Amino acid sequence: MSVLLAFCAALLFATGTWMLLQRRLSRILIGVGLIGHGSNILLLVSGGGGGNSPIIDTADPEDFTDPLPQALVLTSIVITFGVTAFLLALGYRSWRITHDDVVEDDVEDRFIARRREMDRAVAEETLAERDQAAEEDRV
Amino acid sequence: MNSMIALPIIVPLLGTALCVVVAPWRWAQRTISLSALTTNVVVAIVLFARVDDGGMEVTQAGGWPVPLGISLAVDRLSAVMLVVSAAMLLPVLVYAIGQQAEETRYAAFNPVYLVLAAGVSASFITGDLFNLFVAFEMMLVASYVLLTLGGRPGQVRSGMSYVVISLVASTFFVTALALIYAATGTVNMAQLSERMPELPLAVSTGFSLLLIFVFGIKAGLFPLFFWLPDSYPTAPGAITAIFAGLLTKVGVYAIIRTQTLMFPPDARQGTLLLVLAGLTMVVGVLGALAQDDLRRMLSFHIVSHIGYMIFGLALFTLAGVAGAVFYVVHHITVKTGLFLVAGLVERRSGSDRLSRVGGLVRSAPMIAVLFAIPALAIAGLPPFSGFVGKFALVSAGIDAEDWVIVGVSLAVSLLTVYVMVRIWSDIFWGDPEDPAIEAYVASDASRVPRLMTAAATTVVVLIVGLMVFAGPLYDYAERTAADLLAPQQYIETVLGGDGE
Repeated sequence: MSVLLAFCAALLFATGTWMLLQRRLSRILIGVGLIGHGSNILLLVSGGGGGNSPIIDTADPEDFTDPLPQALVLTSIVITFGVTAFLLALGYRSWRITHDDVVEDDVEDRFIARRREMDRAVAEETLAERDQAAEEDRV
Repeated sequence: MNSMIALPIIVPLLGTALCVVVAPWRWAQRTISLSALTTNVVVAIVLFARVDDGGMEVTQAGGWPVPLGISLAVDRLSAVMLVVSAAMLLPVLVYAIGQQAEETRYAAFNPVYLVLAAGVSASFITGDLFNLFVAFEMMLVASYVLLTLGGRPGQVRSGMSYVVISLVASTFFVTALALIYAATGTVNMAQLSERMPELPLAVSTGFSLLLIFVFGIKAGLFPLFFWLPDSYPTAPGAITAIFAGLLTKVGVYAIIRTQTLMFPPDARQGTLLLVLAGLTMVVGVLGALAQDDLRRMLSFHIVSHIGYMIFGLALFTLAGVAGAVFYVVHHITVKTGLFLVAGLVERRSGSDRLSRVGGLVRSAPMIAVLFAIPALAIAGLPPFSGFVGKFALVSAGIDAEDWVIVGVSLAVSLLTVYVMVRIWSDIFWGDPEDPAIEAYVASDASRVPRLMTAAATTVVVLIVGLMVFAGPLYDYAERTAADLLAPQQYIETVLGGDGE
């Protein structure tokens, strides 16, 4: 049972990571969801194998399953669910604005990268002017 | 039972609930959130005084016996963080009310801001690793909402990358928790501290690295900082200020807490953290130099200074950790101040581009003074608190004979001075480079609301206060570091507390 779950978690992590590395927002969202499921399964199996429900006087405490990871995973699922819903809303908003779901580069980053090119162009122009002036002097 | 410890979490959450109830009346929301945060300041100061005199305080949530329930613990580190965060959250809210940005007038703003406050307090108070995850999520979800509240294209675009990167970090946090629970059978930090040395070194080192990765994303550590300068500047001034001041430092706090408390000395990542600290400092400050937008410049600058705090921690000596704690306190205050003043500059001149604004020292001398004090403090010029912090760190580095990092930190602090001088000479000196800006500055629209100036002034006064009380504060940081490096007392107080 646990081997199957561990394999399942590994598969979810692998596919999730692949999806997360894509440029399209819809795929990134799916990737985040898959990785989230993977980590939740991992959390669930972290308490060891299955057993009887941990209710006192219904079974031998030795046979109880560990209830703590179940409580933890519930919290974690709720949080992942909420954040994914928020992300979907944000994605929808982004689609309404740009009609595209490819994640863009940062505008300011591109501006700064362009500024370097502009600086270089200016520098080259100045150098050319200087060379030309030197040429004229010689003449 | 010492239930006062839980107040910094309960009061803001209660305020949130009330704010939702009175949502149609903005003034009622403001009254509630202002009083909740004022209460928080008072509670934090009382806790701070009590913890420094009488040792750390512990309570078990819900009265469950010790390792079963959630332990809430306030030691010296938590206490000082609580005081600083409460002292920043209040003036920033006042500033936000004064700013009257579109976002801060939404009904959602006040309740979400209070959730952020509760999440930050909960991160400092909790003694339980899973609860730390919940506290982080509380804080992060609130920050997602605050960042994208306006719904403008820039905010949506940068909010998206911010949410995705934080979500990945959270997922890895859950993964780390699962692995740690599977290996040790507990998520109580004090109990983890007892059980971690029993694990094989390779396993505990793995956990240590995984947690550094998770908190490194939140703290903006190299090479995980790239999301920070993209996302922070798009929010309205007040919100950027509180993000810049507090959120990354909660990540730093978590690194300090988990590294010192949970891991035995040979599983701590001193060398790795030193290398990362050096790279963080250099890359951050170089990134800042390249920017033309004031708030982006300051955002890159946060990254650079995260390096200093990690540098102090990575030495794992008394002086180093004390320096790191002092630096965290100093940096929260100063950075919040700088961002609030950057908001004033933007309001007064209608732009925050270095290449367009100029001559503000004549048109707005008050703002120039308000900028000069935190700028000098962050550049580390004596007698400001930045000097004390950097001096402590560098002398700790010299004692530990880590010459490379000492050299790097000194070079970076020179570059920091250069960044601040560039801002000063571009924005405050010279002539306005753009006629449109000149006309704007002369017009009535550029009047800065009094409330904004008052809030920014309060923070600047606190920065001056840090300078005046740098001595006692450094002594306190030293006591904190002594506690952190000998976690036995923390463990005994949490586990042997009133549960038995």
